[in-house]
Amino acid sequence: MNYIPHTDRERQEMLAAIGLAGIEDLYTAIPEEVRFPELDLPEPLTEMEVLDELQALSEANLDTRHFSCFLGAGAYNHFIPAVVDHILRRSEFYTAYTPYQPEVSQGTLQTIFEFQSMMCQLTGMDVSNASHYDGATALAEAVILALNHHRRKRSKVLLSPAIHPHFREVVRTYMQGMDLTIHGDESLKTSVKDLIEKIDEDTTLVAVQYPDFLGRIEDLTALGQAAQDAGALFCVVANPFALGMLKPPAEFGADIVVGEGQPLGIPTSFGGPYLGVFTTRQKYVRKMAGRLVGETTDTRGQTGYVLTLTPREQHIRREKASSNICTNQGLMVLASTVYLAAMGKSGLRKAAELSYHKAHYAAQQINALDGYELWNKGPFFHEFVVRCPRPVEEINELLLDFAIIGGYDLGQDYEDLQDHMLLAVTELMAKENIDHLVEALREVGS
Amino acid sequence: MTEVLIYDLSAPGREGVKLPNTDVPEAPLPEGLVRTMLPLPEVSEIDVVRHFVRLSQLNYGIDIGFYPLGSCTMKYNPKINEDAARMTGFAFTHPLQDPEAAQGNLAMMYALQEWLAEIGGFAGASLQPAAGAHGEMTGILIIRAYHADRGDKKRTKILIPDSAHGTNPASTAMSGFDVVEISSDERGNVNMDELKAACDDTVAGLMLTNPNTLGLFDEHVREICEVVHACGGLVYGDGANMNALLGVVRPGDLGIDVLHYNLHKTFSTPHGGGGPGSGPVGVVEKLLPFLPDPVVGILEEATPELPPLYGFIKPEKSIGRVKSFFGHFGVIVRAYTYIRMLGAAGLRAAADHAVLNANYIRVNLEKLYPIPFNRICMHEFVAEGHWDDVPEIHALDIAKRLMDYGFHPPTNYFPLIVHEALMIEPTETESKQSLDAFIDAMQKIAGEAREEPQLLKTAPHKTPFGRLDEVQAAKQLILCCRPEWMDQP
Repeated sequence: MNYIPHTDRERQEMLAAIGLAGIEDLYTAIPEEVRFPELDLPEPLTEMEVLDELQALSEANLDTRHFSCFLGAGAYNHFIPAVVDHILRRSEFYTAYTPYQPEVSQGTLQTIFEFQSMMCQLTGMDVSNASHYDGATALAEAVILALNHHRRKRSKVLLSPAIHPHFREVVRTYMQGMDLTIHGDESLKTSVKDLIEKIDEDTTLVAVQYPDFLGRIEDLTALGQAAQDAGALFCVVANPFALGMLKPPAEFGADIVVGEGQPLGIPTSFGGPYLGVFTTRQKYVRKMAGRLVGETTDTRGQTGYVLTLTPREQHIRREKASSNICTNQGLMVLASTVYLAAMGKSGLRKAAELSYHKAHYAAQQINALDGYELWNKGPFFHEFVVRCPRPVEEINELLLDFAIIGGYDLGQDYEDLQDHMLLAVTELMAKENIDHLVEALREVGS
Repeated sequence: MTEVLIYDLSAPGREGVKLPNTDVPEAPLPEGLVRTMLPLPEVSEIDVVRHFVRLSQLNYGIDIGFYPLGSCTMKYNPKINEDAARMTGFAFTHPLQDPEAAQGNLAMMYALQEWLAEIGGFAGASLQPAAGAHGEMTGILIIRAYHADRGDKKRTKILIPDSAHGTNPASTAMSGFDVVEISSDERGNVNMDELKAACDDTVAGLMLTNPNTLGLFDEHVREICEVVHACGGLVYGDGANMNALLGVVRPGDLGIDVLHYNLHKTFSTPHGGGGPGSGPVGVVEKLLPFLPDPVVGILEEATPELPPLYGFIKPEKSIGRVKSFFGHFGVIVRAYTYIRMLGAAGLRAAADHAVLNANYIRVNLEKLYPIPFNRICMHEFVAEGHWDDVPEIHALDIAKRLMDYGFHPPTNYFPLIVHEALMIEPTETESKQSLDAFIDAMQKIAGEAREEPQLLKTAPHKTPFGRLDEVQAAKQLILCCRPEWMDQP
């Protein structure tokens, strides 16, 4: 199967029009000694055959439809209304390119405009772009914005240790060509208060996560104020789903709010594609990377939308661009916009509250088990840490027999948290699923 | 024909999705951390469906018609790919679940790594980069790490031909290198004298797009690679135009050291209105240790009874992670499905017909439109959308008028080295009939330009929207909507 419609006769007519005898004559510019390699690939399959193979591969995985999944750590299982995928399957959306020709791309452009609006409303910020690859790369772009804001005269980036480990790694990867000090996350003991003390005149950006990687939520106003006093930018890495219930980071004085948009109607899909949310204040709009959609009118007087402020971008500014980003996550933008429209004001709030209540019920029940102890002392959202009576890896292996995918082993990232498990509970978990987890933990814990 | 904003359909108290009530005791909400208002729309499910279906109808996609957008490879996106990515075991697996409980996913990723390496002539590949530009940055960081590892710290420059995609210089600057531009010669190749003069021990590498953005295969590519290698630099290949090379030539065999693939161009995954893309990177043997963390490897070889055990491995001198988790897995499933169905012969046929289609349009347009580098092209070519006898007509006018004929316009004003560029890439999945219809429209437009130029200047006429005012958008800068009702709690 190769999806090529040409008949032999058409091929001959076309070659004759070009003035060539055979297809191979198209390639005379290519060095002969390396032309037409034999590729060692498996024999092609028909659609009927490939389905069997895909089915077998798919079934070689444990999936979160057949197992109760209490694993979060940056990717969450939430209820996704059927309407989301039905809209995603509209091929007018998914077979379109970037909306460079606005007269025939208003569907994509207006969707992005609505997405930008919803992101501003969730975070409380003034402007949102049309998305980055994921939350981690959005955080890296926030660092770049800050560096440009300070004209590269400041060289320290302060990261909370309770930012997702992958996010912190990605920031370090992005920044390896720049002369920067990235610090603050050496020890998990560094609290938000300790971060305040580490801010100095050379700090370009301070970033924290909300809820943090360990599920905790706290008021960040003092940190925001301290950053402002030192002239540093303050970035909050937020879970936009949690913002259905929690105070928006703008109220803490955030200059930039980024986040992983996956919880908004996107399946976990083994890690991607997800959605990098990036919002900021009006005054930084020209320093923000990524595509941006603005309202305008057409020659007929109709309200419409176009990509705007493109002079910031790579295809115009080349090496002077604010970032090299070109692609956004168009289809994921659509998914989250349809999701938020369908859930609406009351639905998102309710899903967030359900997650909160169920997580607290689970935490309380597990805390009451012998050998287990809830590590979080203050408020948390839908994720919490439990100290376990034996290595997390062993527990997780045993939980599979109960059709449960257990939590994240924090010992991988934090020395102080050996034998500590990070558990996520969302609105999808019925009380009996939680009770089943508690019972399973009791059995495997002894 | 416009569609109102979703907010305009909102009515206080209207609900879309209904969720069950809580079945656990309620916990007190965290004091001082709960928001007082949530200004999202309040609409019903039918409102949502109609709104987005109507919006979809304002879009043009490959499934509607011919989309010859140069450098974007808008080939047909097979439907089976969409079904594959939605299979329960793929869509509903968690990235952090035990890899032993995700062996199907790892087997698929391992196979795709191997296949991409084979197709490109490389020793290995990483599937992690999220898009083409992301792959470029990854590749440049790999080059940087390679030199640093050898203690070679003088190399501060990356050479980039003037025909390159804008992402090349931007990715280079982001990775901490200086950009040195190399011009093109009169045949559209890299200017060899300039290249030789620029090559010294401060050069970290060269970024080469081949076929280049004129759609031409650089006739000196092996010599280019030799010159850069001789001064100690590495060659980065921008694989955006890989569709022309499938089974025709492997970039690794030409001397390219690291290359990104665009799964959303060459390997038929949909562009999604601007993403998600996927930009895996292939590398030669000596660069394997620097690939992003992690790659998929075999932990235990297969036995007669058991398949191999796959796992995630951190390459020894890895540049680190370039994104969360392992890449755009949903896109990876689609590309896997595509390559599995085409096989070596199908991939070669794709390249052959993409190149055939481009040349067929080129020879049919060469008497109607100026084609500055007019020789056998690869998968695309660049014409000028401008004539000396009707100076008021620009490439943009031709592009907009094409919409009235039911086509998506070619890329215009890129590459920058061609005046009034119209960059045409038909892809292999278009039949002779659709090419003939396009040629016919281009011919009519060339006539209209002389007889009725106003028709072009004011085009498009038959689309739901006329030309949009970009200056007004940038001036008023309305980037989100905030109806008054939103400020009510």
